[in-house]
Amino acid sequence: MPGDGPGLREGSPEPATTGDPAPMPPARPPSGSGPAREARHGWRMVGLWVLLSAIADPLFYYLAGPHIPPGTMSNTADGAQFDFNILLIAALPVILAVWIYMGYAVVNWRASRNGPDPVGGPEARSNLPIQFTWIVVTTALVLFLFGFGTYELVQPEGAGGGQGPAPIFMPASHDVLAIQVIGQQWKWTYRYPTFGGFETTDLVVPDHTAIAFHVTSLDVVHDFWVYQLGVKADANPGQDDVAYTTPDQLGSFVVRCDELCGLWHGAMYDWGKVVTPTQFQSWAESTERQLAANTRFLPPFAWTYTPDANGADGGYYPDSVDPYSPVLTYGAKQPGEPLPATTTGKDRK
Amino acid sequence: MQRTGKLAVTVVLLAAVIGGVGFALSDLTAQPVTVDYTSSPGQPVNVTMQTLGSYGHGIHATWVSYMTRSPAGRWLHTTIWQVPAHTRVNVTIYQYDSGSPLRNQQTGVVEGTIDNVATLDGKVFSVINSSAGNGVGHTFSIPSLGINVPLYGNNANANLCGAAPCTTSSPHNVIKFSFRSPGPGTYPWQCFVPCGLGFLYGNGGPMQTVGWMDGFMKVVS
Repeated sequence: MPGDGPGLREGSPEPATTGDPAPMPPARPPSGSGPAREARHGWRMVGLWVLLSAIADPLFYYLAGPHIPPGTMSNTADGAQFDFNILLIAALPVILAVWIYMGYAVVNWRASRNGPDPVGGPEARSNLPIQFTWIVVTTALVLFLFGFGTYELVQPEGAGGGQGPAPIFMPASHDVLAIQVIGQQWKWTYRYPTFGGFETTDLVVPDHTAIAFHVTSLDVVHDFWVYQLGVKADANPGQDDVAYTTPDQLGSFVVRCDELCGLWHGAMYDWGKVVTPTQFQSWAESTERQLAANTRFLPPFAWTYTPDANGADGGYYPDSVDPYSPVLTYGAKQPGEPLPATTTGKDRK
Repeated sequence: MQRTGKLAVTVVLLAAVIGGVGFALSDLTAQPVTVDYTSSPGQPVNVTMQTLGSYGHGIHATWVSYMTRSPAGRWLHTTIWQVPAHTRVNVTIYQYDSGSPLRNQQTGVVEGTIDNVATLDGKVFSVINSSAGNGVGHTFSIPSLGINVPLYGNNANANLCGAAPCTTSSPHNVIKFSFRSPGPGTYPWQCFVPCGLGFLYGNGGPMQTVGWMDGFMKVVS
């Protein structure tokens, strides 16, 4: 925090050029006591900061908050939006503190035109109260963000805690619809194990229903990113990454690949739909019938598939594997474990 | 070294660098030619392609490839073609390659074509069991339009064509289908059979190269 301003008198005459050492100009006489004046500056800035923060945070939360991505199309999207808002509300006062200090300093301690350069006094070298306050406040802020972020991550249906091959929570609902997401260069396909295991390029989900996305890949690493639903999970070959969500709103959403995966990575996207449970039931049953001719040729449903077991013309299956075996077609590796508690579409009302 | 000699060496080195950069840029930005099917507005467009197991020429002689026949009847090594918007596109593919089970049997379904069907040597089909018979050699797929057509393979023990362009004297299948072109835009298309022999998961080389197993359908108004 600056003290009483420049240590040189403003408008001091230029030193003589006679070769004699220039006389040191006298220090400016203080206008009031230094510490008192410094305290006034400090309280002014703190007051301004408190006032502007008290205005900016609620304004942001109520005006901009509802529009912060990824929106509120599902409970996970809603959770992500809430987290973003809290982080921004915590960040706004920090930003304001920096701006207010800079603005205040520019207005009050700027160098006068044609004046001498300011010289730092003892306060410019260290100020224990300010340093202490800075360390305490920033530490408290970081610890709060750490605690808040950790809680939000691991709480049931939080912003990411459910993802991975070993989810650390299960949705509270026992009525979970499992949908397998299969990445391949370069498209997504979806299997619905509770509807005969049909596989389609259309992703349709019912609203107000807990969904368990089981994400895997048939070749390289992809990343299943449903922005509007707040769902993002890596698609690794041989791995079953699980991500939960419960859609809250009807409408369309975009499915993208978020892992650079080759030539048409940029074109690896499609659109999905959130529909009512009744519409979903109708769609699933009709699609099951429509694709029945191909479903019987699909491998048995498995959580992961081994691409090496069928290299097509690439010849990457092991020699001991018959690529023409219908059992091993696209390398079905049986999980040896039952499906999770999922709804059989017929049970759905 | 004389000053003239230094100057000469500098000029030669500079020319070599500029030439190298120019060559690299031209090579990296080079694209196969575009076959234009827009000469008869309002009329259905007939696109003819062939798939072959090995191109047989150049530095990638062993690569599998698509080829496209120009309206003048000449086979071109390209996978980029241009069609008018909102027009019926009739596609004929001469399939000269062998087949195998699909990595994902989901691509054994005919989708996105008119009536969701195609014909194989004149017979209508809507799905191919890739684990039976000769399997599927390749697919023609435009994912953004939901179009997918599996191309039935030839018997691998037959005397298959090994160099482009193949002719109908070699064993082949003829697959035909139609679809309506969408609005103007550029639509990537590809084969979904990992047929890049010798590459990781079969998905490298020709599978990652426009002009071989990937291409563009340019739709113009």
